[in-house]
Amino acid sequence: MMSKGNILDEIISAEELILKGHSACQGCGSVLSLRYVLKALGRDTILVIPASCSSVYQGLYPKVAFKVHTFNTAFASAAAVASGIKHGLIMKGSPNTNVVVWGGDGGLTDIGFATVSGAAERNEDIIVIEYDNEAYMNTGIQRSGSTPMGARTTTTHLGKFEPKKSISLIALMHNVPYVATANPAYPFDLYNKVKKAKGIKGFKLIHIFSPCPPGWRYDDSKTIEIGKLAVETGYWILWEAFNEDGKIKLEISPPSRPYLNPERRKPIEEFLKMQGRFRGMTPEMIEALKKWIDNQWDLIKKFMD
Amino acid sequence: MARLDVITGNAAAAWGARLSRAEVIAAYPITPQTTIVEYLSDWVERGEINARFIRVESEHSALAAVIGASAAGSRAFTATSSHGLWYMAEMVFWASGARTPVVMAIVNRAMGPPWNIWSEHTDALALRDTGWIQFWASNNQEVLDSIIQAYKIAEDKNVILPAMVSLGGFVLSHTSMPVEIPDQEKVDEFLPPYEPPHYVFNPKKSDPITIGSLALPSDYIKMRLSIQKAMDNSYSVIKRVSKEFYEIFGRWHGDLVKEYMTDNAEVVIISIGAVAEEVEAAVDEMRENGLSVGALKIRITRPFPYQEIAKIADQTSAILVIDRDISFGWGGIIAGEVRAALHKYKIDTPVYEKIMGLGGDEITTDHIKAAVKEVIEFIKR
Repeated sequence: MMSKGNILDEIISAEELILKGHSACQGCGSVLSLRYVLKALGRDTILVIPASCSSVYQGLYPKVAFKVHTFNTAFASAAAVASGIKHGLIMKGSPNTNVVVWGGDGGLTDIGFATVSGAAERNEDIIVIEYDNEAYMNTGIQRSGSTPMGARTTTTHLGKFEPKKSISLIALMHNVPYVATANPAYPFDLYNKVKKAKGIKGFKLIHIFSPCPPGWRYDDSKTIEIGKLAVETGYWILWEAFNEDGKIKLEISPPSRPYLNPERRKPIEEFLKMQGRFRGMTPEMIEALKKWIDNQWDLIKKFMD
Repeated sequence: MARLDVITGNAAAAWGARLSRAEVIAAYPITPQTTIVEYLSDWVERGEINARFIRVESEHSALAAVIGASAAGSRAFTATSSHGLWYMAEMVFWASGARTPVVMAIVNRAMGPPWNIWSEHTDALALRDTGWIQFWASNNQEVLDSIIQAYKIAEDKNVILPAMVSLGGFVLSHTSMPVEIPDQEKVDEFLPPYEPPHYVFNPKKSDPITIGSLALPSDYIKMRLSIQKAMDNSYSVIKRVSKEFYEIFGRWHGDLVKEYMTDNAEVVIISIGAVAEEVEAAVDEMRENGLSVGALKIRITRPFPYQEIAKIADQTSAILVIDRDISFGWGGIIAGEVRAALHKYKIDTPVYEKIMGLGGDEITTDHIKAAVKEVIEFIKR
C-alpha cells in the first residue's frame, strides 16, 4: 500500500490530460473525476464517449480539451464501439492501449445498457466508467433509471417514486474481473481503483458518484462536501469487487468502512437538505429512502467474506 | 488455383470477406443472413483466417463494433438484413460521418409487420441517403466479387466511405450456384492491405485524435460537403476498380451499370439485384420473338449513375423500371430516381414503373414480358 503522501505526489506529478478551456460547469463532478481517471491511465488511452455532458465539455470542433484519443459515438453504442476498437488494436499490434468508455448514467445505465451488458458478458478487455449524475443532465435534467427515489427532475415534478437502478450491482452479476464504485471527493480511492482496473485483463466497470450543481441544485462550491456526505450518510457506498475463480470477493473501501455500522452514519437529511432536487420530499419518501439505503448495505454485505 | 464450387449467396459473401482478409468481424444473427457469419465464425475458430470475431448483443452493436475496429485501423466486416439493418440505422449514418470504410453485406428482406422473411429491396434502398456506396449483386459470383471490389473502392484515399453489398434474401442467399473462388494471392494482388487515413487511432505513432466532437453549422457543412465530394470521387474509382478487376479475374459485372442488348432497343428495362438476371432471361425470350427490348442493370445506386441512365434513355423510346420496393405515397424508388436522372439531362423518354415481387412474391419472365407488353401498347397509343 502506498502512503497517502506518495499517492498525492504521484497524482500531482502525473501528466494533466484535461487541458484548460474545457466547458464543464463550475463544480462539475464529472470533469473532476475524469481528470483523476486520465492521470491514472496516462496517454496511451482511447476514450469512447456516448452522447453526454462530456461530448460537449470536451470542447467545440476544431478545438478539444482532452489530450487523449477520443471517439464520440451515438448514445446507445459506447461499449460496442469500445469492443471493436479493442479488437481492432489487437489486430494492429497495440493490445495494451487502454480502451475506456466514459459515459453518463443515461448512456450506460439506460439507453446503452445492452452494450455494457454484452461487453461484460463477453469479458471484453475494456474499462467502462460511468459518471453517475443521476439524471439526463445534458438534455435538461430529466429522470433516468439511475435517479434516486425522491429526486425532482424535469420529468418527475413530485420527486421520483421508484428507487435507483445501480449499474455497479448489475455489473457485479456479470461475473466480471473487477467492479468498483468511486467518488471524486475521495481522489486517492478513485485514482487507485482506476490504476487497479488498468492492470487487470478483461472487463472492468467503475461507477462514479458525480455531483452536478445545476442538476442537483446546490451551490457549485459544495461538490466535495456533497460527495463526502453521500459517503458519510451511507447513501453512496464505496466498494470494489474482484472475481477469483468465479467467486465474487467484495471489499468495502476504507472511506466507507466506518458506515458498515448504521449508528455511525450521519442522518440522510444532512445530504438531502443541501440539494434543491430533494426539496418537498415527504417524511414517507425519506423513510423509504432510508430503508433503501439499509437494504443496499445488506445486499452488499452478502458479497463480503 | 482458383476453384469452381457450387455455393449459396451467403457462402459467397463469407468468401468475399475472407478473401478480402477482413480483420474484425462483428455480427448478430438474423434470417436470412445467419449463415454468412456462421461460415466466418467457423473459419476464425479453426484458425483458417486471421481475424477477430465479436459476437455482439445486437445489430446496433454489430455496426458500432466494426466502426470501432475501423477507427482503430483494421479492415472490418459485418452482415445484416431488413430489421437488423434498421435497428443499426443510427450507426449506418455514424459509419459514413466518422469516415470508416467498413463493408457490410445486406441480405435483402421485407420489413414487418406482418412478419415476412423473403426478398424485397426496400430495406437497403430506404437507407440510400446515408453516405454509403450501395452495390446490388445479381448472382452469387457477383456477391463474392463485389465484396472484394467494395473494399478497394471504400478504402481508396479519395473515397474513404463505407460500402454495402446487397444480395436478395433466399433468391441468392440460400440458392446454390456455380461460383469461382479466386486464389488468395490474386486477391491480395488486387486488394492490398488497408492503409488507414491519418485520423485513425494509431497508439504507436499518432498524437491524440478526436473523432465526432460537437461542430457548429459552418464546420458541419464542410464535413457533409466532404462526404458528397467523396461520393463524387467514388464514381471514377468504381469505374477504374471494376476494370482492374476484369483485367485480373476476367469477370465483368458492370461498373455502375451493366447494359444487356441495349443496341436498337425500343424498350429498356431497368432493375437492380437478382431481378436483373430474370430481366435478362426475359429479354432473351422477347428478342427471340422479334421484340427489340434491352436491359440496364443498375449495379450501384449510390453514387447514382445519372449519366449512364440518361445516355441509354436518350437512345430508346421507352423505359420500364421494375421496382422490388415501394416508397409509400410515392411509388417505385428506382423509378423515381430514374425520372430524376432524365430530368437532369432534359430527356423526355417516358418512364413506366412496375412494382412487383414485394415480400418475396415471385418475379418470373412471364411477369416481365407482360409488363413490357403493356408498355409497348402505351407507346403505340
